[in-house]
Amino acid sequence: MAKKHGPRLLLGTRKGVFTFTRKKKGWKLRHHAHPGNPIPYAFGDARTGSTWCSIDHGHWGQKLSRSRDGGETFEPVDEPKYPADAETKPGKAAVLRYLWCLAPGHASEPGTLYVGTEPGALFVTRDDGASFELVSGLWNHPSRHDWMGGGRDDPGIHSILVDPRDRSRVLVAISSAGVFETRDGGASWKPRNEGLENTYLPDPRAEIGHDPHFVQWCARKPDVVWQQNHCGIWRSTDGALTWKPIHQKTGKAKFGFPIAADPEDAKTAWIVPAHSDQQRMAVGGALVVMRTEDGGRSWKELGKGLPNENAHDIVYRHALDLRGDDLAFGSTTGNVYWSENRGDSWHVLGQNFPPVYSVRFAE
Amino acid sequence: MAQVEFTPHLARYFPALRGAAVEARNVAEMMVALEHAHPGLAAYLVDERGRLRQHVNVFVDGRPVRDREQLLDALAAGSRVYVAQALSGG
Repeated sequence: MAKKHGPRLLLGTRKGVFTFTRKKKGWKLRHHAHPGNPIPYAFGDARTGSTWCSIDHGHWGQKLSRSRDGGETFEPVDEPKYPADAETKPGKAAVLRYLWCLAPGHASEPGTLYVGTEPGALFVTRDDGASFELVSGLWNHPSRHDWMGGGRDDPGIHSILVDPRDRSRVLVAISSAGVFETRDGGASWKPRNEGLENTYLPDPRAEIGHDPHFVQWCARKPDVVWQQNHCGIWRSTDGALTWKPIHQKTGKAKFGFPIAADPEDAKTAWIVPAHSDQQRMAVGGALVVMRTEDGGRSWKELGKGLPNENAHDIVYRHALDLRGDDLAFGSTTGNVYWSENRGDSWHVLGQNFPPVYSVRFAE
Repeated sequence: MAQVEFTPHLARYFPALRGAAVEARNVAEMMVALEHAHPGLAAYLVDERGRLRQHVNVFVDGRPVRDREQLLDALAAGSRVYVAQALSGG
């Protein structure tokens, strides 16, 4: 049995991993690990009880780290490495530049873990991190040389979803290329961007080149997939085969980075809206979360307890999470908020954290 | 033997790391010897192609190495090597 550490909230920040534990009322900050080191992503693997994080050292490269004691102490884990002959483009060697996200494999394979990296690769370990291998079916996809960097120099993988019904089906999202799906455990991949529309390519409906900022699905109904995209918000009800726009034409629900999906109710999701890609901060100086409960037909603004003036936060793609009725997010301005009622009202967990890159509930 | 010293920043990740005399004809051989003595250390200093990381500097007898790709700068007996990180902001 995996060791349970009790309900926790993990922050990956520019200055380390912060671990909160649940109290009767609210949360208490318990651990600060890797102090001073940038942490792109931290999460707790419910299957093994391990807490994982990636580290983006300014000097020493990209590292992986694992805690067995709920986030108090960490041990190094050898990071994935690109094969010696891997190239980002002809003549340019591929080297690891960023460990952007980690994702657990299927519940039946507790030793399997995926890592999404820049330059755009998916790595998998089958032995709980003892060794990683490049998922070559995706790396060798004929479209890869059309993938572009999105805000970073090279394309990167930031969303990884393993189908709870079928471990051989995995969705990934790549900025900027789009969503890709395998149904054979990674051997072959197909782009799943039908219905998306971008505003920055010569062909708005090109098959490759979209910029999904984050992709999540309804865990109980994984055919319902949501994506906060650079150009709006889309939802699919057929397992990402086709996407339909659900953003507002004039309201706030359009641009942003994260999206959280209700694991039970396939019509409910949350976003943190931001002012367009030209500004990337809270709309009109007011920080709000938005929720749809009807599959994106309508969006409700949730701002009770959040600052409604002088707020210019931006919330990154991994920095919004849901667990039960708990919802939490953190911004690059170091503000962290928590709701115990699905966003209806909010409490402050802290306002002087380092820039927050990831927020994840754990057990 | 070259005498190698390290930035104190590395001691955080390699507590046993001390200045050491290393038998090596060039910086690349020095890396191999260091990795042998401190498994995992080389990956902090060079990328998976063996190139010096962008924000790592190696000084040989007071001068930064010229070959950051293959690390073929020669070491003489008695060379003093210093492994440093570049300075950085907040």
